[in-house]
Amino acid sequence: MAKRQGKTWLRDPQTPDIAFESRRSLVQVADFSDKVFTNVARSGGIITLAIMVAVGLFLGLRAQAAFETQGWNFLTETAWTPENGKFGIAAVLFGTVTIALIALFVSVPLGIGTALFISEVLPERIKGFAISMVDLMAAVPSVVFGIWGVFFLQANIIPISYWVSSTFGFIPFLAVTDGSGNPLTDPSAFTSSAVIAGFVVGLMVVPTQTSVMREAFSQTPLGEKEGALALGSTRWGMVRAVVLPFGRGGIIGGTMLSLGRALGETIAVYMIISPIFEINPQILKSGTNSVSSLIALRYGEASDNGLSALMAAGLVLFLITLVINFAASSIVANSRSGAESN
Amino acid sequence: MPPKSTKRVPTTYLPDTTILAQPPKKRSLRVVRFEDVLDVLGSFASSFSMTWLLFGWLTPLQSTIGFVVVNFILFVVIYGLITSVKSRQQEIRDRLVSVLLFSAGIILISALLFVVFYTLSRGQLALGNLNFFTESMEQAGPLDPLYVGGILHAVVGTLIQISIALALTIPLGIGTAVFLNEIGGKFARFVRTIADAMTALPSIVAGLFVLSAFIRTGVVPRSGFAAALAITVMMLPIVIRASDVVLRLVANNLREASLALGASKWKTVWHIVLPTARSGLVTAVILGTARGIGETSPVLLTSGVSSVTNFNPFEGPMISLPLQVFDFVKSPEPTMIARGFGTAATLLLVVLILFALARSLGGKAPGNLTKRAQRAVTRKSLEDQKRIEALLANPVRKERNTA
Repeated sequence: MAKRQGKTWLRDPQTPDIAFESRRSLVQVADFSDKVFTNVARSGGIITLAIMVAVGLFLGLRAQAAFETQGWNFLTETAWTPENGKFGIAAVLFGTVTIALIALFVSVPLGIGTALFISEVLPERIKGFAISMVDLMAAVPSVVFGIWGVFFLQANIIPISYWVSSTFGFIPFLAVTDGSGNPLTDPSAFTSSAVIAGFVVGLMVVPTQTSVMREAFSQTPLGEKEGALALGSTRWGMVRAVVLPFGRGGIIGGTMLSLGRALGETIAVYMIISPIFEINPQILKSGTNSVSSLIALRYGEASDNGLSALMAAGLVLFLITLVINFAASSIVANSRSGAESN
Repeated sequence: MPPKSTKRVPTTYLPDTTILAQPPKKRSLRVVRFEDVLDVLGSFASSFSMTWLLFGWLTPLQSTIGFVVVNFILFVVIYGLITSVKSRQQEIRDRLVSVLLFSAGIILISALLFVVFYTLSRGQLALGNLNFFTESMEQAGPLDPLYVGGILHAVVGTLIQISIALALTIPLGIGTAVFLNEIGGKFARFVRTIADAMTALPSIVAGLFVLSAFIRTGVVPRSGFAAALAITVMMLPIVIRASDVVLRLVANNLREASLALGASKWKTVWHIVLPTARSGLVTAVILGTARGIGETSPVLLTSGVSSVTNFNPFEGPMISLPLQVFDFVKSPEPTMIARGFGTAATLLLVVLILFALARSLGGKAPGNLTKRAQRAVTRKSLEDQKRIEALLANPVRKERNTA
């Protein structure tokens, strides 16, 4: 059949289809080692599931007592005095959310910028190095960021906080005033503020965020990028028209993942803030709070009631981060960029 | 009617490969003109001088961070102006965005490096004394100089806690990941969803769980073991998720080939799947360890602060490195703060070493081998080739002989 070399032939339409036998079933007979393996692996899965469910159930059950005594007040009360039976998470939740939002304000531009910088601007040689730098930073313990925030950032950011509050004081949340509305000038009024905590947490979550976004950007089809450039687009034009729309899922997903981490961060926030139990909308002013630092602050003195109250606060925090995480992973999975990674 | 026999049967032709023999030279698409460099340098010089004048000469502004911020804003504005002299809008926009991207990358990486070096440099003071690693804080008070006392107790505590946590996490985590991938089914999908959900658990809530479920009920006292349990609850979902991803990357045809050769499921997993994914699994565990080692709040809640070296994980408080940092820097004494930075630097070095280990052992997709491993594989297949050639040259069929 020398004639056939180098060519593939379409099937001759006149040869009849090969009659396929009816499909045989492929039942596997598991031997002893397989049975043991299946059961051991399954029991590993069951133990893991049991641990996870136990955590959730236990939190829920222990928190129930607190929810029952407080009802909806739990979400609106600012004070935290379980010994008097009066407690709620309005103030701590407000603080948690402010700190997390400030963290995002810092981390989102830096994260998107760095992710684009690594995936679109850096030449291949340095790319690998930059990626491992950023990944390495994701592993730096939060307590290290915490001491940096307390001993370096705090002292250096006060003049800027002061300048911002005196220049933009007409914007309510940037003002720093005492009870009767007079602007404060004493440097101690600017320490331990939500802005400082948010800044540190922001820096802490950037690496994770950057690597999720970079991953999404780097999956942009090369053909589409080249197409944009071939049509005469500048690099920014190409990024705006191709890379950013393609990586949208990664941007949203990465941001929400880091939001989840920012909400749950304990020790760095605890080291920086000075805890208060009232809603402080002035983000540059000393004093704020967060759910996790409330737990770290009060776990020791708590009676059984107090512990149940802390559990309730922890449960609310967990539910919030849970919703955010699930939303993030479904956005990443449903976006075009995520579809190809699986 | 039968198809016309005169009709040309469509064929495909193999591409002419002679063209590929001499690949064309790749042209560089990036051009940096001398002018462009001058633009950047000029804008920087002028923005730096303007900031210099603003700070301290024209206005009473003074702050290092403020200086950097003002300098940066002026640089962007001036660079934009310079570009606008000779370029059109599209190009100006492109240039400005490039500057912003560059600065985002540089700001982020240098800020992170700064955090690390700040800690290391302030830690030097304490790290310089050898007793820092050989003594505990039992005999040392807050006013004692740095040549008395150390962090041996925290190092011991961290090692014991993370060992217990790893002893629980590695079999459970990798076992669960194997279950999710190799056995599968509806139940496995459910377990995967729950494990994913648990990655959202804030570490302090994990500590709170152990505190109220085990310690307050009297099952386990406040101890290193309780801390290890809390770290396990926190690390387990991380390790499961990472190993799950790694196992999913193992090519399915490897599994199918093994099964087709008659291997049982267990043999396939043990001899094919796990060895293929080994480096990735090691990376997953090491990265989980790095997270677990750095956690402060679960240890704070479940074990507590102590200044005594405690080798017994089941009794008495046992401190860990991050918690020791936290405890040291609460004190206003400069020596204690120096000790805190020293401890933080130690912790940081441990994490850096773990990370470097993870990078050198793994970080590669299955099948993507190091040079040494590649040579080993080549050698092995050369041996196989020789064996097969020998067989072909001298076909002795053992089966026939014995039969």
